[in-house]
Amino acid sequence: MHTVVAIKQVPDTTNVRINPETGTLIREGVPAIINPYDLHAVELAVRLKEHFGGKVTVITMGPPKAAEALIECVEQGADRCILITDRKFAAADTLATSYVLARAIEALQEEGPIDLYLFGLQAIDGDTAQVGPGVATRLNVPLISYALHIESIDPEARVAVVHRKTERGIEVLRTRLPALLTVLKEIAPVQRAPLPNLIRAARYKPEVWSSTDPVPFDQDQIGIRGSPTVVGRAYTPAPRQAGDIIRVSELGLQECVKRALQNVQASGAVDLASIVDAKRPTDGNGGEHS
Amino acid sequence: MTDETAVKRIWVFIEQEEGRAHQVSWELMGAATRLSKELEGSQVEGVLLGYNVAHIAEEAYRYGASRVYLIEDPVLEKYRNLPYSVGASKLVQKYKPEIFLIGATTLGRDLGSSIATRVRTGLTADCTELAIDPNLKILAATRPTFGGNLMATILCRTHRPQMATVRPRVLPLPEPLPTATGELIRESLDLSEDDIPVKHVGFIPREGGLNIEYADVIVAGGRGLGSPDGIKLLEELAGLLGGVVGVSRPLVDAGWISYEHQVGQTGKTVRPKLYIAAGISGAVQHRVGMANSDFILAINTDPNAPIFQIASLGIVGDLYEVIPELINQVKAMQQGTERS
Ligand SMILES: Cc1cc2nc3c(=O)[nH]c(=O)nc-3n(C[C@H](O)[C@H](O)[C@H](O)COP(=O)(O)OP(=O)(O)OC[C@H]3O[C@@H](n4cnc5c(N)ncnc54)[C@H](O)[C@@H]3O)c2cc1C
Ligand SMILES: Cc1cc2nc3c(=O)[nH]c(=O)nc-3n(C[C@H](O)[C@H](O)[C@H](O)COP(=O)(O)OP(=O)(O)OC[C@H]3O[C@@H](n4cnc5c(N)ncnc54)[C@H](O)[C@@H]3O)c2cc1C
Repeated sequence: MHTVVAIKQVPDTTNVRINPETGTLIREGVPAIINPYDLHAVELAVRLKEHFGGKVTVITMGPPKAAEALIECVEQGADRCILITDRKFAAADTLATSYVLARAIEALQEEGPIDLYLFGLQAIDGDTAQVGPGVATRLNVPLISYALHIESIDPEARVAVVHRKTERGIEVLRTRLPALLTVLKEIAPVQRAPLPNLIRAARYKPEVWSSTDPVPFDQDQIGIRGSPTVVGRAYTPAPRQAGDIIRVSELGLQECVKRALQNVQASGAVDLASIVDAKRPTDGNGGEHS
Repeated sequence: MTDETAVKRIWVFIEQEEGRAHQVSWELMGAATRLSKELEGSQVEGVLLGYNVAHIAEEAYRYGASRVYLIEDPVLEKYRNLPYSVGASKLVQKYKPEIFLIGATTLGRDLGSSIATRVRTGLTADCTELAIDPNLKILAATRPTFGGNLMATILCRTHRPQMATVRPRVLPLPEPLPTATGELIRESLDLSEDDIPVKHVGFIPREGGLNIEYADVIVAGGRGLGSPDGIKLLEELAGLLGGVVGVSRPLVDAGWISYEHQVGQTGKTVRPKLYIAAGISGAVQHRVGMANSDFILAINTDPNAPIFQIASLGIVGDLYEVIPELINQVKAMQQGTERS
């Protein structure tokens, strides 16, 4: 079974700070990590390889530094890693990103069959969740987004049954393989890398692909030229107007709560007194007093 | 007669499940109506796909659509990416809308990028604000990025349609006009079940069926609760107010309550009339999920807690004193009106 996983190196957004004067991101000193969802995608691919045999190929488009992320994937158990890097790819939106990844995957398909494509649900920096669906559409393979669990997978019969999480519950879907899944973290728990993988990773050098070699990417579809969306303006969110702050230590408990309820009533947001009529018409406790 | 090709169509994807429209569709209809006032020669239209769903078009007219494009086909009975994206893309190619808005639900996020890729245009994700740029006369779609730390306004200058997905509950629901009507345009899909590689073989409904996104009152607690028992107190107050319980993420991570209750960037976006935040510091990842609430009452022992920066009213005090007193006084108010 051959699985291809797409991963993205992202800044750890827990540590992101904003320059308050310029409204821009302070990237210095922000550690780069593998997008958390993608870790689980790699883990799933490695588990499937352990079960069915085969191999795991990981691809990423990013700056040269993203090689670090690929080496971590080798530690996790990936066999082959490809870094697609070129200044010309910079400032890609999701349409251009999905073009590059789909075109790279087509090149891999020429080398041999692929059974499954795994993407993270979304990247924690761009946060669009658009790249996976875009690649599936370009490759014309079935898409299952928000994949929570693989109930069964049969590489011979080329079918899988996958659970997809929606607002209303879990859809159980049967799909033809190859298919593309965008995965939630529940899809596979991340395990500690075994020692032989660490040794292999220490010497591993990812393959590097440019915008022309070995795949001649269409230069009109990559980077800023291939991106219909542009960031017009970026700014830090304007704080909502703060209201009064009252202190129990100054006004006392009863008075604070009284004022709070008066404020809520006066704002017209909800009528606290009437809620009882609308929502609790048969409440026994209320009835005692009437 | 107006020149059909000159009309700038502002499209809203009408999301439906089992014949019922998702409310985000009407929130978007309201946004589209506002945009159309800024964009000369424009008109608001709905796109409806499904099976036995024509009745929803009537609702769409009441929320502001002058026309609805409808594809009804048995293969569209339950949502699947391929037939929905093929159908919607076909409509785009035929009628060439200027703008196409879709709810950023699991369905919309699955569908939007597939349509944008098929028709090769730009798609702005998870927007919280939509406007027409006054100079360029194009859509300016604003979205939070980097965990809500940075807002980015995104433009799509040369490709059409300009597409955006918009989070549910960040835009207000417009008042429907009961007498409004519109024009229905039916199109066909031309796909058979054999063409579709994904089949629905089961469904596991979510337990509880809690839907905090659409609650009018949310009583939310954070790490300041100190122990899982505190949730009972929230439930009591929420019960009195006809509301539901929300929480910050650490409580879900600690296993005190299910994920369905989490508010914030990786939880739900809510827009209740009243949001009570007790023992919640107000981290940016929490605020992005609730800052649009009509009235925010914050209760925190720390006068410098960032939640106070966005609170309509802040009480500096211990939630274990303030909430029981809130319960007392609300009960007294409610009993007062019952007697009268
Ligand atoms: C502030 C800001 C706002 C933006 N807003 C938009 C927008 O609204 N619309 C838009 O089209 N673009 C937008 N972009 C550009 C977008 O972030 C990039 O195109 C990015 O390369 C991919 O999008 P994402 O990070 O959202 O990935 P997602 O679609 O969220 O990623 C999902 C999965 O796709 C895979 N993946 C994503 N990127 C790569 C990669 N480079 N290599 C390998 N696998 C990958 C991973 O498996 C990942 O888990 C924005 C960029 C910035 C800086
Ligand atoms: C990528 C990412 C995504 C995230 N997504 C979310 C999300 O969706 N939702 C979310 O909520 N968080 C999210 N977080 C976490 C977020 O950054 C904060 O850590 C979290 O919101 C803090 O929760 P809290 O306010 O309950 O806890 P704390 O920050 O610990 O605040 C507790 C507050 O309680 C007050 N307090 C203590 N005792 C009392 C008392 N007796 N009475 C009154 N007040 C008291 C304290 O003064 C303090 O202000 C995310 C983080 C990251 C990195």
